[in-house]
Amino acid sequence: MLAFTINRFAQSLVVMFFVALVAFAMFRYVGDPVHQMVGIETTLEEREALRVELGLNDPFYVQFGRFVGNALLLDFGVSYQHKKPVTEMIVARMPATLELSILSALFALLIGVPMGVYTGLNRDGFLSKCFMTVSLIGISLPTFLIGILLIFLFAVILGVLPSFGRGTVVDIGGWRTGLLTVGGLKALIMPAITLGLFQMTLIMRLVRAEMLEVLRTDYIKFARARGLTNRAVNFGHALKNTLVPVITITGLQLGSIIAFAIITETVFQWPGMGLLFLQAIQTVDIPIMAAYLIMIAMFFVVINLIVDILYYVVDPRLRIERGVRGT
Amino acid sequence: MALLEVKNLRVEFPTRRGVLVAVDDISLEISEGEVLGVVGESGAGKSMTGSAIIGLLEPPGRIAGGEIRLEGERIDNLPYEQMRRIRGAKIGAIFQDPLTSLNPLYTIGRQLIETITTHTDSSDSDAQKMAIDLLAEVGIPAPERRFDSYPHEFSGGMRQRVVIALALCVNPRLIVADEPTTALDVSIQAQIIALLKRLCRDHGTAVMLITHDMGVIAETADRVAVMYAGRIAEVGAVRDVVKDARHPYTEGLMGSIPLVGHDVKRLTQIEGAMPRLTEIPAGCAFNPRCPKAFDRCRTDRPELLSTDGTTKAACWLYDEESVHG
Ligand SMILES: Nc1ncnc2c1ncn2[C@@H]1O[C@H](COP(=O)(O)OP(=O)(O)OP(=O)(O)O)[C@@H](O)[C@H]1O
Ligand code: SF4
Ligand SMILES: [Mg+2]
Repeated sequence: MLAFTINRFAQSLVVMFFVALVAFAMFRYVGDPVHQMVGIETTLEEREALRVELGLNDPFYVQFGRFVGNALLLDFGVSYQHKKPVTEMIVARMPATLELSILSALFALLIGVPMGVYTGLNRDGFLSKCFMTVSLIGISLPTFLIGILLIFLFAVILGVLPSFGRGTVVDIGGWRTGLLTVGGLKALIMPAITLGLFQMTLIMRLVRAEMLEVLRTDYIKFARARGLTNRAVNFGHALKNTLVPVITITGLQLGSIIAFAIITETVFQWPGMGLLFLQAIQTVDIPIMAAYLIMIAMFFVVINLIVDILYYVVDPRLRIERGVRGT
Repeated sequence: MALLEVKNLRVEFPTRRGVLVAVDDISLEISEGEVLGVVGESGAGKSMTGSAIIGLLEPPGRIAGGEIRLEGERIDNLPYEQMRRIRGAKIGAIFQDPLTSLNPLYTIGRQLIETITTHTDSSDSDAQKMAIDLLAEVGIPAPERRFDSYPHEFSGGMRQRVVIALALCVNPRLIVADEPTTALDVSIQAQIIALLKRLCRDHGTAVMLITHDMGVIAETADRVAVMYAGRIAEVGAVRDVVKDARHPYTEGLMGSIPLVGHDVKRLTQIEGAMPRLTEIPAGCAFNPRCPKAFDRCRTDRPELLSTDGTTKAACWLYDEESVHG
């Protein structure tokens, strides 16, 4: 177990190294940092002085080393546009994105898995066929369209939910949460559904397909032949065997939920990291973009690590093969 | 009264192109503690008969006629929940591929305990004691230690022993064993068959042993039923069927004597092949291949008739004898 974890951890480090390299290249070579920071009236001498002061004349590896060192200390420099430390800006926006993403993921899981199990067990039931048809809509409609439709229905026509923003938020030790007020929760509903709908249908279809597959196996037939109760067979034996692929996809999906929050945040003007990133692109605010890139990569890597360890916990066969499963 | 009585069993598969009859009017009996061998070429309907008996026909397959009685009680028309209580407790099953019969995510101990506590009131610790004793009985070395092992930590032969332990752990009266050794290495097959035979004798369990291997039948079974195209061609004591077959199909099967390891599946002595379910001929299903076929064979279907030997055969050659006693 320890060797396995260390192995996976080392791989994660390699991945992060390359992401840092890309982020740094972007930071350093897309446009000229000095040009971005100074006004038009700054003289060439002043520019050169700033260049030396920022260390932009140092050799590549020195600069990269400094970039990584700073990143480890969570220092990503100062935003060109806002003249504020990037880390501070991202941290201030993070609760909004995380609350939205986690709620979406929970929505996707807590609804998607039971629906998948249900449609898998009652393959030809009327309700299953309804679920499958509706899920096609979830898969094929683009996220922004779902968001706009929801806004149209619930905010414009019915007027029961706010169409943008986080509603009322409460500040708890620097974490601005929308989970504690009715207004904040109401504001979360539509964005969370918009963001989670695709993942929910995906998880539902995956669980269904896996259930159908597992229900055909010999050990399920043998479990029935041993006279185990339906509950034990379906939930004890079958469901557990669908978990490995479900964990993989869910883990990867959680990563993409955080990444794809950009679109939802734009539709609902949700003040999260995604919106910040989008604005940074419009103003070519490279430090924010670099920091965002590294952060998202970090989320992916950490989630992947957790997924791998979960595999290991769920499936005893991996414990002796000691092999590392690619994802 | 026989332990298991199957009367005029018919198993059908509704398909788009019409109804396929996989098991067509089969009757057989198994007494307490008896081993009944069932042989036949691939597709003869052996597994379908077995699945119908344990009540686990896979849809769209269904029992379309006849009845199945266990200890005199009908079990073919029971609601799912009632049949579930019988499965495992009174009728155990071992399937074609024992290697994949165990859930890979649970220890064998857990799977044993779960089966025992489902059917009895034993506590987990009693069930554990029973399970360990049973593992020792099926020849798992150091059963206390292996109790918490996962299936993948066992070899094929050992896994098969665990499967046998699982099928026997609540002491059923009958075990339906569908080709229990086909997936195993040849060197292990004999051991496993011997183990199954010994255990069932010790526990007084009857066995319906489905196989292609006449050698296994000859060594293990008391009686044997030969199946052809969803019907029983001949049934009788093993010795008689092997040495003194009356049905032309069985004669052909036994004609090539090297008995041990004799594989019905690869049999080529009889010209042609068993008909597919969609093209079973009228009259005797065997008539296109039968060297002794005559007119009646092509129009009327023969019942199982007493022969001039000790077996019963579904063949018109024995019609006169049956009429005159
Ligand atoms: N789902 C199905 N739909 C239609 N026909 C089926 C289906 N399942 C099985 N059959 C047919 O039922 C017949 C009997 O099959 P069965 O599995 O009982 O044969 P078997 O004697 O056990 O053969 P084997 O030795 O290959 O195991 C076969 O002809 C098979 O093609
Ligand atoms: S009934 Fe006729 S065709 Fe069928 S086995 Fe007997 S002789 Fe042959
Ligand atoms: Mg079969």
